[in-house]
Amino acid sequence: MATIEVDGKTLEVEAGEMLIKATDKAGIYIPRFCYHDKLSVAANCRMCLVEVEKAPKPLPACATPIMDGMKVFTKSKLAREAQKGTMEFLLINHPLDCPVCDQGGECPLQDQALGYGKDESRFLERKRVVASHDIGPLVATEMTRCIHCTRCVRYGEEVAGIMEMGAPGRGEYTQIGTFLNQSVDSEVSGNMIDLCPVGALTSKPYRFAARSWELQSHASISPHDCVGTNINVQTLRDQVERVLPIENTEVNDCWIADRDRYSYEAVNSDQRLTVPMIRDGNPENDGGWREVNWESALKYAAAGLLTVIESSSGNHVGGLASASSTLEEFHLFQKLLQAMGSSNIDHRLQQLDFRDDSTASRFPISQLPIADFSNLDAGLLIGSNIRKEQPLLSLRLREATLKNQAQINVIGVMDYEMNFDLAQNIVSNPASLVNEIALLAVEVSKLKENDVPEQIALLASPNEQYNDTQHLAAISNIANQLCSKEQTMVTLGAIAQQHKDASVIRFIAQWICDITDARMVILPPANSVAGWVANCTPGEAGKNTVDMLAAKLKAYVLLGCEPELDHIDGQSAMNAMLAADFVLQISAFKSSNVMKYADVILPMAAFTEAAGTYVNCEGRVQKSSVAAPPKEESRPAWKILRVLGNFMEFSGFDQITLDDVTSEVSFENLSSPKGKTQENSDTTIHYHHTRGLQRISDTPMYRAEATLRNAKALQKTADNPPPAAGLNAKMMEKYGFSDSDLTLVVTTNGEGNTVLPIRLDNRVPNDCVYISAGHLETAPLGADTSVSLEKA
Amino acid sequence: MLSDTSLREIQHELSKYPADRRQSALMAALRIAQDEHGWLSEPLIEYVAGVIRVPPVRAYEVASFYSMYELKPVGRNKICVCTNISCMLRGSDEVVEHLNKRLGIGLGETTADGKVTLKEVECLAACAGAPMMQVNRDYFENLTPQSIDEILDSLS
Repeated sequence: MATIEVDGKTLEVEAGEMLIKATDKAGIYIPRFCYHDKLSVAANCRMCLVEVEKAPKPLPACATPIMDGMKVFTKSKLAREAQKGTMEFLLINHPLDCPVCDQGGECPLQDQALGYGKDESRFLERKRVVASHDIGPLVATEMTRCIHCTRCVRYGEEVAGIMEMGAPGRGEYTQIGTFLNQSVDSEVSGNMIDLCPVGALTSKPYRFAARSWELQSHASISPHDCVGTNINVQTLRDQVERVLPIENTEVNDCWIADRDRYSYEAVNSDQRLTVPMIRDGNPENDGGWREVNWESALKYAAAGLLTVIESSSGNHVGGLASASSTLEEFHLFQKLLQAMGSSNIDHRLQQLDFRDDSTASRFPISQLPIADFSNLDAGLLIGSNIRKEQPLLSLRLREATLKNQAQINVIGVMDYEMNFDLAQNIVSNPASLVNEIALLAVEVSKLKENDVPEQIALLASPNEQYNDTQHLAAISNIANQLCSKEQTMVTLGAIAQQHKDASVIRFIAQWICDITDARMVILPPANSVAGWVANCTPGEAGKNTVDMLAAKLKAYVLLGCEPELDHIDGQSAMNAMLAADFVLQISAFKSSNVMKYADVILPMAAFTEAAGTYVNCEGRVQKSSVAAPPKEESRPAWKILRVLGNFMEFSGFDQITLDDVTSEVSFENLSSPKGKTQENSDTTIHYHHTRGLQRISDTPMYRAEATLRNAKALQKTADNPPPAAGLNAKMMEKYGFSDSDLTLVVTTNGEGNTVLPIRLDNRVPNDCVYISAGHLETAPLGADTSVSLEKA
Repeated sequence: MLSDTSLREIQHELSKYPADRRQSALMAALRIAQDEHGWLSEPLIEYVAGVIRVPPVRAYEVASFYSMYELKPVGRNKICVCTNISCMLRGSDEVVEHLNKRLGIGLGETTADGKVTLKEVECLAACAGAPMMQVNRDYFENLTPQSIDEILDSLS
């Protein structure tokens, strides 16, 4: 500790800390542009110059370490003159086009020019002009306004982990930009806009949409991932105009992913469903569809469902809910299905293996608080592209690798590009994934001198493909880290959870965690944890999503989902829906596919229009608020479900407020100790690969739910490539393909086929082909894992 | 994109620094690349960045910061005339004028036959011999029209 004096005020501060940090904490204002708490110190804007006793000239507060007895003057004549001088120089080349600048009204340069600038410029010469380039669909550039603070450059290099912006040139000729004017493709690029202290980098979709002082702020929660990002949804005259982060150091820090920032575009899109619709089969109407009022629609829906229940039984109805539904929606949804006499209720659309439903800890909840991701010493990611699945957790892993030299390892099926350095990166393939993890368990057991269960030992039978010593050395190195390091975790990502043997992977991973004291982390999509809390899962005799589709039930109720795109097996989903007698969809978005099979479509409010509760992967319960009224005739989904319950004359659907619904949900199991995997788990391997190529599949980040699929700017980014069959260079040669050739992809069971262009993708391992899910073009392949390619 | 000799030279430069400080060899690597190709094209900068394992934009920052890296093609010979204060007081204006006349090009230009590029540079720390210019790797001091003619005639 050190005692210093700032403007005559005595402060007890951390010695060696930068002066500006101490003054910020003490509430003493020092102007600045380049300094940012989360970035390295650049000291290049010179705005924070202050007078320090015994120093011959003003010193930058952001780069002056505190020493005991220091006397600082932030408002003395010397300090003021230095600050004013800096401001005059910063404004020399600035265009002062505030009236047409989106940053106007919330611009640090504008604000500080008011305090430190002159009312008139003494600079009569010609100003510098910088050409702006298109750096992608999310960030707009106006580089003449740039004051070279390099926050965007440092953000990319330090926080995002991908240095895309740079500062080429020197002095007067410095121009911030990307190499060769390429686009900025980072999945967290939007944070640059918040960091930019001038109007050089602004939001492209928000461009000229509103002035910041006209906007109303609404604190809310982003529904798109399991982090529970705190967002500020800003509206103008009841229309969402943009989304900004709200700082929460325990959750999202001060960052949000582009997915959280730009998904609001879907809410305003013309793809919104705004009126209830029914298909009464009248050929005079368009495809038999017509728009009706709510009462008719609900009556029609209730009658349709009751007919099925009366003619067969409630068990012939299935309910599929989107993972991004709110807790209240999940609750009323399962309540409604239960009331119909059905226990076929599920929200796990991205899962194929449910064998451990009765034995494993039922909660896909992370044993590691989000904030502690930044404090890890070592970790293992199994089948996870964490950077695209949970961008903000990936930033924390990067922080851990930089701050703690954390050793993060990957056992996966694709060589995904991470934004942090990996200690070991084992690129296996889907068929060998279980084997790899079992081998790891064996290595762990050796180090811990603890017998590995026989079930696991059997799975670890050395595969001849993996006999090379280098590979085993990598596995034993991971085992070593998990056993020797303090703070460790094992994370199961989307690919591990979608695997045909996901329950076996969970079983082995849980065993490894139990033995090594590593924290078990399961990162489920969106608000899945709330789905578990609200028991939106199959009851005793109920069917899970896969069984529901395979059984071709008579009726389906769809909450916020389009199964042909949202379910991992799009083909079965489409077939089941087409075969059903009655399908009710509650959705915020139009879909021409749903129109083919649904009988009633009820328009629900988008995530910005309905309040609700979100539970993130660490079990944090957060509430979102209403930012704007539901568009036209659409209504919050919980109200639709409640009134539908009334129309079907079920009891227990009399809630008046959202809180009435929330209070029906028990959060008990959130705090109760988690069950451990039982010894007698079924560890039969279901993944058999005999011929053809193994298909690797994931859902691209902006295809995962209807809201994202309708967000225009996100759809144009590099993270949303058109569907293709990805092969590595060696496989392209082996099969005689070249880039963008068309190929006919046929599943080995002969049931599905589709034509896709070939794309060179060196992330794909040998004898595998990468074909993403979440596209209509790839849906016909279903969830089949082996395919063959023929020239089309 | 680079010859084995150049790549070996870059590896030699890299060996001078700790393994986690590869960026330290960036300037040397760009120089080696420029020596081989005469100038640094954007693909060449990207290639060097790959060798050093830094983001391409980082290598481009360095290449565009220092005036001795050429980002556009140059002639077989590069003449850099100092026009800073000492040289100016000792007649660099006449030196530039003479060079312009002899070569038929202005500052920053290259002769049509690709033989010579003429550059104006800041002080090269040879004020004692002002006016001066650098031709390729060599300094020529106390320049006169005659000595400039001799130098130009000796260029290949």
